[in-house]
Amino acid sequence: MNAITAIFNKEFKSFFYSPIAFVIIALFTAITGSFFYLNLNSFVEASLMDQIYQQQYRMGPRTLNVNLMLIRPYFYNIVLISLFVLPLITMRLYSEEKRSGTVELLYTTPVTPFQIVIAKFFAGLAFYVVTLVPTMFFLSILFAYGEPEFWPIFSAYIGLILMGAAYVSVGLFISTTTENQIIAAIGSFGLSLLLWVIGFGAGFAGQTIGDVMNYLSIINHFEDFAQGVIDTSHVAYYILFSVTGLYFSLKMIESVKWRA
Amino acid sequence: MIHVEGLTRYYGEKRAISDVTFNVNKGEILGLLGPNAAGKTTTMRILTCYMPPTSGKATVGGFDIFEQSIDVRRITGYLPESPPLYVDFTVNDYLDFVAKIKGVEKSRRPKEIDNVVEKASIGDVRHRIIGKLSKGYKQRVGLAQALLNNPQIVILDEPTVGLDPKQIIEIRELIKNLRGEHTVILSSHILPEIEQTCERVVIISNGKVVAEDTPQNLTNRLKGGERTIMQIEGAENKIRDAFKDIVQIKNLIVTPADNGICQVEVESEADIRKELARNTVQQNLGLLELSTDKFTLEDIFLHLTTKEEAA
Repeated sequence: MNAITAIFNKEFKSFFYSPIAFVIIALFTAITGSFFYLNLNSFVEASLMDQIYQQQYRMGPRTLNVNLMLIRPYFYNIVLISLFVLPLITMRLYSEEKRSGTVELLYTTPVTPFQIVIAKFFAGLAFYVVTLVPTMFFLSILFAYGEPEFWPIFSAYIGLILMGAAYVSVGLFISTTTENQIIAAIGSFGLSLLLWVIGFGAGFAGQTIGDVMNYLSIINHFEDFAQGVIDTSHVAYYILFSVTGLYFSLKMIESVKWRA
Repeated sequence: MIHVEGLTRYYGEKRAISDVTFNVNKGEILGLLGPNAAGKTTTMRILTCYMPPTSGKATVGGFDIFEQSIDVRRITGYLPESPPLYVDFTVNDYLDFVAKIKGVEKSRRPKEIDNVVEKASIGDVRHRIIGKLSKGYKQRVGLAQALLNNPQIVILDEPTVGLDPKQIIEIRELIKNLRGEHTVILSSHILPEIEQTCERVVIISNGKVVAEDTPQNLTNRLKGGERTIMQIEGAENKIRDAFKDIVQIKNLIVTPADNGICQVEVESEADIRKELARNTVQQNLGLLELSTDKFTLEDIFLHLTTKEEAA
């Protein structure tokens, strides 16, 4: 357990020792911020139009649902940006150790590959949660001026973190296969994208295969979370997905170590 | 303390080491000597459980390297060829991390770190970023890392590479001070270094152990051979004639060139320059050049490896 905490701390700290953390956070905040601004703008416009209609046609006042019209699309925007940003977070997780030769330290001290994988996975996930913090700041502005519902926002963040866990496990696995960070980033982006779009083709595939493809698609499982539903089957999907990714990473590390 | 028996390791088709066998006693300093790519690093990596052997057995401190690898790693400190440093960290943070993963308890950690910082004399750079340090300091930080948690066994892969002469002397002193308390395996391709620090030497070449001896015996063996190189004007048979009554000559190579000058190489047991010069002049041959050439380390390697292959 001590070794896990030590590696977790080391990994989390090294994000911030290099400029990459700040670049990622700045980028993520800027892009999610502008999406938030655009979504907010169209919501304000819709409200204005609504007021005009009310006056022209003497209709009763309608309440526009801020959760439905602003927050939910905003979460989909965050999911999309995460797809691009997560490979940047995970690319160095393991490949950096291989490149710099510090794997020799990890392998020759009393640390097991399992401890390494767990620590690195949670460090990557923790960093993703940190990058999400500015988006919470944007949403909190809405509470100052309107009355959005809290729980759908809460469940959406749970969904984001679970989905992030799944992507981090994919990225970690790709990172264990190479000592080149660029390849790790491109590889995990490709695999993540594939796992995203696999649902798109479901309509063209047969009934059974279509169902499987739909089930595998990472994004499909996010919908309920965005609507304020925490369904255990979707939670189970993300957890199972992450565990699979971690298992592959573990086997990859062990095989590199024992390959003759 | 360390028993190595028949270690063999393949990288794919390529054999890195084959049937490496040696023992290290408790408190002893053993030198692994060999040219680059001889299999020193592979042997050390196997002993530190970085990777397993293809076949063969080894125990370190009584623990099997395959079955009880965690126990082996707990009592072993290892400095790889390139020190495994996190370049974004300060020396202090780095050593703190290593202490944690080596399982040093929190209460002992500051004392333990102070101890190795002093041993490796890196006190003045403790709060600097490792990436900004000179190669010599990086090497010493790596050494400090290996000595953390006072391991019974210390394995150092070319510890003095990249250091300046003063630092090399310091590191050698440090390694000598480990004697008795720690069991040390040290690799190098520099003979004098091994000579000064180690009690016993294992020479590895082409992945095989070709000699195992004390440094004294090895250097005696080296000094036992004397080689004289001469350039003589004259015919080959006349030159051979001139030297035939010098009994100390073990081997005589005469290579004639076109211009009537012969390149002559004489291997002998003792210094026979005077005799060679006298005989050459007595036979009316033109002595153009005469110089001695001590056997170099490369010669011994060459010698040992070719002998091994012939056998």
